[in-house]
Amino acid sequence: MAAPTMNNRMIKWFDDRLPIFTFMHHELHEYPTPKNLSYWWNFGSLAGIMLVVMIVTGIVLAMHYTADANLAFGSVERIMRDVNYGWLLRYIHSNGGSMFFIVVYIHVFRGLYYGSYKSPREVLWWLGIIILLLMMATAFMGYVLPWGQMSFWGATVITNLFSAIPLVGDSIVTWLWGGFSVDDPTLNRFFSLHYLLPFVIVGVVVLHLWALHVHGSNNPKGIDMKGPQDSIPFHPYYTVKDLFGAALFFVVYAVFIFFFPDYLGHPDNYIPANPLVTPAHIVPEWYFLPFYAVLRAFDFDIWFMPAKLLGVIAMFASILVLFVLPWLDTSRVRSGTFRPVFKWFFIILIIDCVVLGYVGAKAPNDPLIASQESVQAANDEYNACVAKADAAGKNGEEECDKPFFVQYVHLGQLTTAYYFFHFLLLLPILGRTERTLPLPTSISEPVTKGGAGAGQ
Amino acid sequence: MNGDGVMTRRIVTGLAAAILGLGIATAAQASGGGTVGERHWSFQGIFGTYDRAALRRGLQVFQGSCASCHGLKYIAFRNLQDVGFTEGEVKAIAVDYTIADGPDDAGDMFERDGKPSDRFPSPFANENAARASNGGALPPDLSLIVKARADGANYLYGLLTGYHDEAPKGVELMEGMYYNDAFSGNQIAMPPPLFADGVDYEDGTEATVEQMAADVTTFLAWAASPEMETRKRLGIKVILFLLVLSGLLYAVKRKVWADVH
Ligand code: HEC
Ligand code: HEM
Repeated sequence: MAAPTMNNRMIKWFDDRLPIFTFMHHELHEYPTPKNLSYWWNFGSLAGIMLVVMIVTGIVLAMHYTADANLAFGSVERIMRDVNYGWLLRYIHSNGGSMFFIVVYIHVFRGLYYGSYKSPREVLWWLGIIILLLMMATAFMGYVLPWGQMSFWGATVITNLFSAIPLVGDSIVTWLWGGFSVDDPTLNRFFSLHYLLPFVIVGVVVLHLWALHVHGSNNPKGIDMKGPQDSIPFHPYYTVKDLFGAALFFVVYAVFIFFFPDYLGHPDNYIPANPLVTPAHIVPEWYFLPFYAVLRAFDFDIWFMPAKLLGVIAMFASILVLFVLPWLDTSRVRSGTFRPVFKWFFIILIIDCVVLGYVGAKAPNDPLIASQESVQAANDEYNACVAKADAAGKNGEEECDKPFFVQYVHLGQLTTAYYFFHFLLLLPILGRTERTLPLPTSISEPVTKGGAGAGQ
Repeated sequence: MNGDGVMTRRIVTGLAAAILGLGIATAAQASGGGTVGERHWSFQGIFGTYDRAALRRGLQVFQGSCASCHGLKYIAFRNLQDVGFTEGEVKAIAVDYTIADGPDDAGDMFERDGKPSDRFPSPFANENAARASNGGALPPDLSLIVKARADGANYLYGLLTGYHDEAPKGVELMEGMYYNDAFSGNQIAMPPPLFADGVDYEDGTEATVEQMAADVTTFLAWAASPEMETRKRLGIKVILFLLVLSGLLYAVKRKVWADVH
């Protein structure tokens, strides 16, 4: 690791006193990176780019936004209509939230497939999950700021979850709200925190990258670099590859911004918040839907635990389980490429998460298969039967068979159960029993033998 | 080492399915209640623009048939200049309105003629007054209505053309309610606002209910997204630029990576 040659005397003078240029040269230029990273490795840098995009557009939006329950909605419309290119700013930021989540979800699933969470990258993985949690808090509070109907009711539903905590729940909710309902004080603190948290994320990203650079990137083969023949310098190889990926990604992003700017949002959020009118369906942003489905999967109490508390615990557990993943996955082989059984379960897990998201968008008690009409008819028949039995002096609810039909919540329960099954039971067992394929001896081996190298 | 390529393809397919699934989910969550058909709109598609003649007619319909109950508070008269009205026309439109202003030097509120920088005044002083005049129901401000409903343009058109003279058999209409196909629950407190020849179109178009509904929908779609034409025009440029940039970067990447293997 030679120090960079510095021709500029000023830079050299500065670097002798604070070796920041040497540091950057090591970490961004020389930094030895596996030569076989596929395009799935682009999503980390894309997440970083999105973070910058969000912070920059967010700061400018904040210059025009008013955090006041009476003025917030109108101030956003002013940004859309009267601020020069305000609509562009706002659509970059609002769609940016979605793009950021798409990128980070892909980034996380990349890690799940290639076993990037395994030793020695556990701390790196933890930091990633902390980033994910911070992003969720930031996005949730950001969605409240335009103070539309979904802002208000989403905030009400989600903050209300804390009331499930035994004994102190209600006090906590009052404390969070700064009053007895979601109102002006809530909006103001959410704005303050929405401004703060992204900078906390920046801090954790720095730690994330620090941890990354200790052992270097994992790679599609999941084996360690064994020498200089396995690595290439980060610059120019990965800088140009990341830039190419970013440009392509921005095409997709631009399609949303310019042509479907409200597609990922909910129309109700263009109705000003109204505490007296509850929307027919309160749904969070799409990236929270799988968690929303887990939350609502619990429509039954267990012992002294009310359904609501169970739902909240399960929802948080669905992320917290990732913290112990490095120890739940007992396989010594990192990459899914060499795990023929794991591969299939990985695909099932993705489908499971997508189905959870689908369920999260639905009213839990709507029929899943039966038509609305036939359910209506069965219910009418049941009600008529109950009424008749009651009139005859019998207990109608005992006399008549309540019609049963499969509802979305049942699918949600199934997929929630499967999610936890995957992490808590399947991975520990699979790691011990699966017959993995033979690992290549080095990253460059198959390439020198003339095989098709994975990705480039 | 083919496994990796296969996996990559599988993941891509999975993701595509996920994104599709999302689409279905949002479309499905949007529905609920009334029935709405589909129409072709001038402002649809990536090259869509607002039909200028329809906008002018739509303004006429809005002023003649809606403004007595509904506000349009995010639109200033001068905004009409962005879609082809001349300065003179805008002044003439504004002058017809009386705007409450003040306080003046003596501290009194006063009324004056509208100016291009004024916004369309709301017909009622406040929510209570609006409800009192509408049998308890609140006519919403229409500035954002097309964005505030799923599939807004088709919905609005469906709402305006979806009235029945009488409720279908077996449906009990509540006091002061009208039967409407598009409205969720089918009972709406808004009386049918459009009648054939309800306005006298300046351009001589025949004022059928469908024509008026389509025109006012175009007008309100513009009111909800006045930036749309600029947005789409800029979007095409930005995307073309990014595609070229991607192509160039891909070429550079190929060149840089040529010696790695
Ligand atoms: C006589 C007063 C009156 C007139 C004139 C009127 N409306 Fe309404 N409108 C109402 C009322 C009252 C409601 C609320 C209905 C309800 O909540 O049941 C309403 C509701 C609406 C809604 C919201 C429906 C929904 O999905 O919630 C739209 C859109 C609308 N009107 C459009 C129009 C248009 C366009 C015109 C002109 C062509 C118009 N209205 C003329 C009184 C009026
Ligand atoms: C703001 C969000 C995030 C940013 C900016 C970010 C940034 C990055 C960057 C630039 C890399 C290196 C490039 C790469 O390997 O893809 C990386 C690697 C990594 N990130 Fe993140 N990340 C974020 C969120 C997360 C999350 C939520 C997780 C997991 C829960 C995570 C887990 C990882 C792991 C395991 C690696 C090492 C990957 C490997 O080498 O295989 N990251 N991150």
